[in-house]
Amino acid sequence: MCTLEKRGNNFLLTLIGDDEHRLNPNLIGEIRSALSQVRAQAKRGSVLIGQGKFFSNGFDLAWAESAGSGSSGFLHRLQHMGDGLKAIMVDLLSLPMPTIAAVSGHAAAAGFMLALSHDYVLMRKDRGVLYMSELDIGLTLPDYFIALLREKIQSPMVRRDVVLHAAKVKAEEAIKMGIIDSAHDSAAETLEAALRMGEKLALTARKWDGGVYAEIRKSSFPELCRVLELQSKTIVTPRL
Amino acid sequence: MCTLEKRGNIFLLTLVGDDEHRLSPNLIGEIGSALSQVRAEATRGSVLVTTGQGKFFSNGFDLAWAESAGSNGLLHRLRHMIDSLKLIVAELLSLPMPTIAAVSGHAAAAGFVLALSHDYILMRKDRGVLYMSELDIGLTLPDYFMALLREKIQSPMARRDVVLQAAKVKAEAAVKMGIIDSAHDSAAEALEAALRMGEKLAARNWDGGIYADIRKSSFPELCVVLGLQSKTSVTARL
Repeated sequence: MCTLEKRGNNFLLTLIGDDEHRLNPNLIGEIRSALSQVRAQAKRGSVLIGQGKFFSNGFDLAWAESAGSGSSGFLHRLQHMGDGLKAIMVDLLSLPMPTIAAVSGHAAAAGFMLALSHDYVLMRKDRGVLYMSELDIGLTLPDYFIALLREKIQSPMVRRDVVLHAAKVKAEEAIKMGIIDSAHDSAAETLEAALRMGEKLALTARKWDGGVYAEIRKSSFPELCRVLELQSKTIVTPRL
Repeated sequence: MCTLEKRGNIFLLTLVGDDEHRLSPNLIGEIGSALSQVRAEATRGSVLVTTGQGKFFSNGFDLAWAESAGSNGLLHRLRHMIDSLKLIVAELLSLPMPTIAAVSGHAAAAGFVLALSHDYILMRKDRGVLYMSELDIGLTLPDYFMALLREKIQSPMARRDVVLQAAKVKAEAAVKMGIIDSAHDSAAEALEAALRMGEKLAARNWDGGIYADIRKSSFPELCVVLGLQSKTSVTARL
């Protein structure tokens, strides 16, 4: 369901598999393991690219519902997946290297959040939308979803359209709304652009200490880190 | 290292000399003393303009001074400068008058923070960059640096490029990124424009205390980090 490969300086984490690509405990586990491996193999100049048909349709609500009758089992399973997603978000925010999301299809709810948890977001423009579906489904937003949206999307009107309109946002519009960095003609081109961006970043990232990068990143999202109970620390290892 | 003069309504603080205007304890102390003097002599209609001479506005903390203490002393000396500058930032945020930075050259790290601590930023476009160099050097950012960046630079992508790319931002790009107010052909023109803007602001004849309180109240997060309170005062002029 998820593969990890190295291409030059880029760690490429790809989500492959069946149609809907919903996040369930198996997939969450695979992603976390892959990120753990990336962290262990990180060097100066490393970059992570998260791509594929991964960013699709949010949590596996069917798995949650299959807990049986009554809402309690459903809620516990949903909570479990929420905790898993939270942990992935912490992994990404703490990753000691720049991160790029190459969004190659729909990214809804938890999938949208996963994309936004990267430093840079590139997306195909021919198909696919970003979509906070919760309002349409009848779910409220976990606190860390809102915290992430508030950190990453500056305009109150855009955030309103995303959460209170459940807007389905295509790539070119997402650029105008300040949600993503760039839009590309196809999934393949999006990945190409992400790999090129990764290699370009690697040139400057080579002189960076990955730990410093991660701590600066965390400290730039203090509200989100508070909600995630994620600390950032001071590092002083100046190279003059 | 820094001079203070009065030009009409305007207090002009200049970082003098052709050097990097590194924010050493000495220079921080001089700036602090100058700001005390400004505060003491402030009246309605006063304005502060801060500028520099030479290629640099300020290239940040005096890291060479910090390093000369050896690896054990480094952290303590750096912390000392961080704590001292925090008081300057708090003082600028509390200054009972509009403040304008005429960025005359490179403004890096703590130097960038000094510029950002002013209400208005005008910058020369022919040379000089704004540069949060910490990532390149291998330092994390002090809490009030980040709080100031978050209050002053609204776009998350602009902030990301500033702190997570250590982008070197020239004046015209800085205007587009919403970091500064305007870009000017030279250092002299930036200063001229700052002085003209200062006179226009002075003509509004605002109560400086009210001005400072409104300013502080507009940056609640930063004030928490700086330990600053703002108060409510009512002196209605109908």
